[in-house]
Amino acid sequence: MKRTVPLIITFLTGTFLVMSFFVPHAPFGELEQRLLVWYAIVAGFTMLLGVDSLIRAHARKVARVREGWGFSLALLAGLVATVIVGVIGRVQFGSPFHIQSPFMFIYTYTIVPLQATMFALLAFFIASASYRAFRARNWVATLLLVSAVIVMLGRIPIGAAISQFFPVAQEWIMDVPQLAAKRGIQIGAALGAVSMSLRIILGIERSYLS
Amino acid sequence: MRAPALAAVIATGVLAVFGGGAFAQVGPAGTGTGDAGVAAFGEVDESLIPMACNVTAEDLPDDGGGAIQVTWGPLEARGTDVGILAYEILRYAPGEEPASIGEVAPTDLAYTDTEAEDGVTYQYVIRTKTPFGHTDSEPSMPAVASAQWFATGRLSILIVAVLFCGSVLYYIRRAKLGDELFVRKIPGLEAVDDAVGRATEMGRPVLFVPGIETVSEVGTLAALTILGHVAKRVARHGTPLDVPCADPIVMATAQEIVKQAYTEVGRPDDYDPARVAYLTYDQFGYTAGVDGMMLRDRPEAVFLLGTFYAESLILAETGHSIGAIQIAGTKETSQLPFFVAACDYTLIGEELFAASSYLSREPVMLGSLKGQDLAKLGIIFVILFAFVVGTAGLLIRSDGSSVLTRIFDFVHSWFG
Repeated sequence: MKRTVPLIITFLTGTFLVMSFFVPHAPFGELEQRLLVWYAIVAGFTMLLGVDSLIRAHARKVARVREGWGFSLALLAGLVATVIVGVIGRVQFGSPFHIQSPFMFIYTYTIVPLQATMFALLAFFIASASYRAFRARNWVATLLLVSAVIVMLGRIPIGAAISQFFPVAQEWIMDVPQLAAKRGIQIGAALGAVSMSLRIILGIERSYLS
Repeated sequence: MRAPALAAVIATGVLAVFGGGAFAQVGPAGTGTGDAGVAAFGEVDESLIPMACNVTAEDLPDDGGGAIQVTWGPLEARGTDVGILAYEILRYAPGEEPASIGEVAPTDLAYTDTEAEDGVTYQYVIRTKTPFGHTDSEPSMPAVASAQWFATGRLSILIVAVLFCGSVLYYIRRAKLGDELFVRKIPGLEAVDDAVGRATEMGRPVLFVPGIETVSEVGTLAALTILGHVAKRVARHGTPLDVPCADPIVMATAQEIVKQAYTEVGRPDDYDPARVAYLTYDQFGYTAGVDGMMLRDRPEAVFLLGTFYAESLILAETGHSIGAIQIAGTKETSQLPFFVAACDYTLIGEELFAASSYLSREPVMLGSLKGQDLAKLGIIFVILFAFVVGTAGLLIRSDGSSVLTRIFDFVHSWFG
């Protein structure tokens, strides 16, 4: 029973959603939008579960003075401070998202720079990963190296200054072999996704159920 | 306002074309009669202001009702070229006065009225607004909005979907009847046991990252199905398993999956819900959190499965820097090169979705993979057929008038 009911719900929901794709008439046509609204409501409540999980994990770490407990304390303090600041913004400006509210100050001068910092790290990681990937260990890796050099040179002005071959060659590499491989992967992935969805709707795939 | 009525009113947002061609002071346009705030030298000739023509209104096809598609042709040549500010759409039902329902940019020649009531007859007038006033088109033919029971534009998708599902179900049926089905080896999935075994031997945890998307994303679902298999192996060996989540629903689902895995192998007490934890919904906040876990806990095996975006390489390179064996998989083609460069094994596209079937080794699950292969064979055949027919058609007649070119065009429009 514990498995049967979810499987029935999955089957009915999946079948109706597939039908709604082909049948625009009410009540099928608007089913997807309606279910998305339900999903948003459920997701809103599960955010409480997430916050609960976060607070428990870090509060336990602080209480037991485990290694790195100071970071957990900083996280909890930040969480509480952000909530307080959000309430102040609501009272003072009518919305925490008002441009002059302290909540937006935290967002603009703390969250955004931190996000940018993490994103900027990508440049260094790309350099280190490229260095490993482009080592000419065998003929396949050599082919990759040569293609990469042509594409990189073809996409910057100095490439065209050296030779007009680079822009033309990089365009061909990107438009023909690269795009063909990409589309092949996308077709395979799409079929795989449909096949997995079919297994889930028919109840063949059950490993996501407890 | 109807066009005949408007014709009685001089479009006085005014173009002074007489008297030496000098423009006078011109006021705001679109005032209904076009006369407010406008003064001009010379006489006004409204026929010089362009007018929208060939206005058509039809029920929007393949919809749930309540919508009418209005289109109009290029402006009628009226003797001069004045800048168009916008097109205003006026609608009226029998016995009603035309009322404005919307406005579009001068580059648009279509408007979808989504406020129409099913079963009511409407007519539309397009008002062309210029700096010198406006003109109204002739009214469109009457149109009635209605809902359709079948989206005819999606017939080709339905046929392809039925054929595909048919092939999958056929092979599932054959598998149920006991047919042996061959599935090629997928190195990334063969390595799952090795990765968990190595982590056990080293006494270090296993880290499973299920991507940053929600549970409604099919890539996340695929990752969660693999998590079930990984969790069982981990539970059997008594190795710690960490699953940091970026979405609370994914966290709740993952907790249930891991708990069930521990219960199935007879070790329910070993399950620690704190290890399947929510970090944050923020993309780079989550990335920083997972990177921190990698550097602090030094997991021996890292699984990066699901939907990833810019954070893929940051995670994979951090995993590489701690010397962990890494198995990654995603359907995002733009992230696959990063995983290939930084991870030991990568599940490419469809392999991610095949993983659950492959790992379970259940004949029925493997049957669905065979059905998938048959569909791929069909697609390859269609691509080759279209390539040969299209090329041969152009070689025979370069103007594209041969039968083969028409066949190619038909195939293209069918899938286009």
